[in-house]
Amino acid sequence: MKTFKTILSLVFVGVLFVSCSNDDDSPEPVNEEELITTMTLTLTPQAGGADITLSVQDLDGDGPNPPIFAVAEALDANATYTGSITLLNETENPPENITLEVAEEDEEHQFFYIATGAITAVAYSDQDGNGNPVGLTFELITGAAGDATLQVTLRHEPKKPNDGTLADAGGETDIAQTFNVTVQ
Amino acid sequence: MKFKIACLIMLLPSAIIFAQECRYVFKGQVVDFHDKSPLAEASIFINQIGRSAVTDAQGNFEFEEMCPGTYQIQAAHSGCQTLFLEVEISGDTYTEILLEHHRVELEEVRVFGAPLADKTISAIEQSLEEETLEQFSGASLGDALKTISGVSSLNTGANIVKPAIHGLNGSRVLILNDGVRMQDMEWGDEHAPNVDLNAANSVTVIKGASALKYGGDAIGGVILLEQKNLAVKDTLFGKTLLTGLTNGRGGTITSELNKSFHSGLYLKGQASFKRLGDAEAPDYILSNTGISEVGASFQLGRKQLAWGWDVRYAFYNAEIAILRSSHIGNIDDLIRSINSGEPEIIRDFTYDLQNPRQEVTHHLAKAKIYRRFEGLGRLNVQYDFQNNRRFEYDVRRGERDDTPSIDLELQTHTLTTDFKLDANERYELQFGLLGRYQDNFANPATGVRRLIPDYQKYDLGSFITGEYFLSELWTLEAGLRYDFNRIDAQKFYRVSRWEERGYDQDFADIIVEDLGTQYLTNPVFNYHNISVSAGVAYKDEDQNFRFNYALSQRAPNPSELFSDGLHHSAARIELGDLRIDQETSHKFSFSFEKDFDYWGFTIEPYANFIQDFVLLEPTGVEFTLRGAFPVWSFRQTDARLLGVDVSAYVDYTQNWRSDHRFSLVKGNDTDTDIPLINIPAANIVNQISYTQLDWHNFEISLESQYVFRQNETPDDIIVFSPDQQQNVLLEINTAPEAYHLLNLNSSMSFPLGGRTQLTTSLSVNNLLDTSFRDYLNRQRFFADDLGRNIILQLKLNY
Repeated sequence: MKTFKTILSLVFVGVLFVSCSNDDDSPEPVNEEELITTMTLTLTPQAGGADITLSVQDLDGDGPNPPIFAVAEALDANATYTGSITLLNETENPPENITLEVAEEDEEHQFFYIATGAITAVAYSDQDGNGNPVGLTFELITGAAGDATLQVTLRHEPKKPNDGTLADAGGETDIAQTFNVTVQ
Repeated sequence: MKFKIACLIMLLPSAIIFAQECRYVFKGQVVDFHDKSPLAEASIFINQIGRSAVTDAQGNFEFEEMCPGTYQIQAAHSGCQTLFLEVEISGDTYTEILLEHHRVELEEVRVFGAPLADKTISAIEQSLEEETLEQFSGASLGDALKTISGVSSLNTGANIVKPAIHGLNGSRVLILNDGVRMQDMEWGDEHAPNVDLNAANSVTVIKGASALKYGGDAIGGVILLEQKNLAVKDTLFGKTLLTGLTNGRGGTITSELNKSFHSGLYLKGQASFKRLGDAEAPDYILSNTGISEVGASFQLGRKQLAWGWDVRYAFYNAEIAILRSSHIGNIDDLIRSINSGEPEIIRDFTYDLQNPRQEVTHHLAKAKIYRRFEGLGRLNVQYDFQNNRRFEYDVRRGERDDTPSIDLELQTHTLTTDFKLDANERYELQFGLLGRYQDNFANPATGVRRLIPDYQKYDLGSFITGEYFLSELWTLEAGLRYDFNRIDAQKFYRVSRWEERGYDQDFADIIVEDLGTQYLTNPVFNYHNISVSAGVAYKDEDQNFRFNYALSQRAPNPSELFSDGLHHSAARIELGDLRIDQETSHKFSFSFEKDFDYWGFTIEPYANFIQDFVLLEPTGVEFTLRGAFPVWSFRQTDARLLGVDVSAYVDYTQNWRSDHRFSLVKGNDTDTDIPLINIPAANIVNQISYTQLDWHNFEISLESQYVFRQNETPDDIIVFSPDQQQNVLLEINTAPEAYHLLNLNSSMSFPLGGRTQLTTSLSVNNLLDTSFRDYLNRQRFFADDLGRNIILQLKLNY
């Protein structure tokens, strides 16, 4: 009989455990800190004139929607542009400037610019603490009029220094986008 | 006379001080505890006076001319546990002595080394004993289990080994750690069982869902880790095992101490520690593949004939580094890895555990009591609590390396009770109830969207199983189980994902809050599961066969329902589906075992037909700012698994023996007629061993393991590569080539006086340092598997 009482009380304690630990608090949404939603390239013609922006935005991160490109104007033929890059996390309010984070960890990051067609060259114009390129600023040169693509890749923890190719650099890709541009 | 009495006072125990006339009769009967049948030829021994008697055919015994007093009686019967009891004699006395005389109970009567008791009558099952487990002291549970035919594993490197039975793993394989069903987030491919192999004294694998008392959803099977049953006597013993491994340049130390008392009280303590640095493939260091693992357990209990209790606490913590090169950014990184054939990052050897890595901690506490009822059976009641914490650390930007990307805490309370009616020699009935409450908390402080949401889960179960002993040779078995599962989650969905999945059509009513770009939802699902098992077994001296049919239903796990997001370490987007319903398996298994004079064999064919089988496979690509990612979606289909396991042995002489094992399983999606993903390749293992007991129990064996190429895989997928600006074939499903490994094992033991014994063993795995990759290693895209590993082990028994 005593054993039964013990069993009964054990069952009771168990049920208590079960019924007490239920809480109905709503979970907090996660603040996605590392997300990059927007990349904007600003090209300033060295000969003077208005800035040209190439941007790509993916507000749902790794959600199903693909990135949306916005390339408003065409580039001028046979021109040199000073370029800079801005990265934003627009899911935060106000948008967080991720460029600063990359600049702070510039030894662990590198942008790679690979151009085809009417863009003839893209050259780095900045360096990290070890004298290796980063790519937050650059210089872009166009050739004769025509179509062009500009592939922009940001690698985290690449091999540095590298020979400038993605294959040699390795690391993880944080951004990989290709702009279709018209040069006229 | 007075002088004589004075002498007695000095010489005899105080109990019989007042010895008067010794004329009383002490009579009694010895009967079986369960069915009260009389036990003939039981011996009754009275310590103090050195007299003994043997029971007659009716179980009766008699001592005449007994002096008054209290006596220590020892009652023994072959096949029974010896019972000690006290009897007070102050007149003619009659006592009924109940002896435990049944097959399964109080298993300490088993001789060490004898085969473990079967857990089921008709299912295919196999056990590993302590000696085999000790060989794997420096490895993991999954590695040890692979020595059983039909058991394979899904690996993430060498340290995360997820056991698979007959081709199925994860939620389809239940792991019972000393009677407690492990709740350790087994839904993830890179989540290994959170158990310390060194804490178990034996492991049994039941290949199917036939053992209904453990759960109805074991479509793959059940793994039982069990503790040694300590003898009811005053004893103290222990062992220490020291294992050193060259591959990883580290080792394991484990110690165990057992103490038991004459009163039935026992305690056991065990602790182990493992530390390995980077492992090595034949051609390079596998950078960031070390492990640090700590396990400890403490058990206290009392075992008596009529009742007993048992309390156990087990702790497990593992910090496992994951191959640095397997952490990749997007599909182009994956293509690069597959094409290069060599890991991208090869650093110098280190013991450091860097990111990516995972850290898991598991606490398990259990309390159990049992009470036996004479002539009826045994009642068990058990409560257990588990706390499982998982951190996964990724390579992150902005000083976030110490912030985990995944931080989950899973708490589980379980209360079970069962009653076993075993009084009748012809049949045995067992029925039981289960109640479980589980709470999962996903910490939002990670800064990464939750892959698995917060949820609460409620399970209720009940079962009845019966065994009927038709004759000496034939036994029937049947069982029925019902389980109710309710899952109540709170999950955030991106609006874009919500619409892409079509949930706005089907689940609009579960939205709790609209946060603009995301919804907070409250999915609540109920599942009713029925499981049935029936079988027959035949056993005589030379052969036995078993046939079993098991119907089992499994409710979807949280990963199958709710997964939603990018899995960085795998460079894939994993998508669950709220519409996934339970899967139903019909498994037929047959085993035939025959022993001849010098050889024997076992053949075990099986067929598993699964309706609404849930599987995760690559289905397409999604584009993000980081590039393209393959999408892996869960879907349901009908599947068929057909397989056969064959094993054989030959004893050539007393010293020479060979063992052979072959496993084959074929998995097919019967709706689309394409092969299932992650089905183990056929493999054949042959071993030759030489034993010479005269040379300090010298044993040496050479094992050849040949793993065929898995030719039946789903098709590779075509993806758009942003780097190459074109569609490319992603060889994500192509299996690696076949491989052959040689392993060498040898051991000797030396007595060190008394009970102390030292056993040394030397093993070499992958003797020829062969480079290979295995289809079921998730890191096969990035690096070769382990090269040669020399393992030296010292075992001290005391």
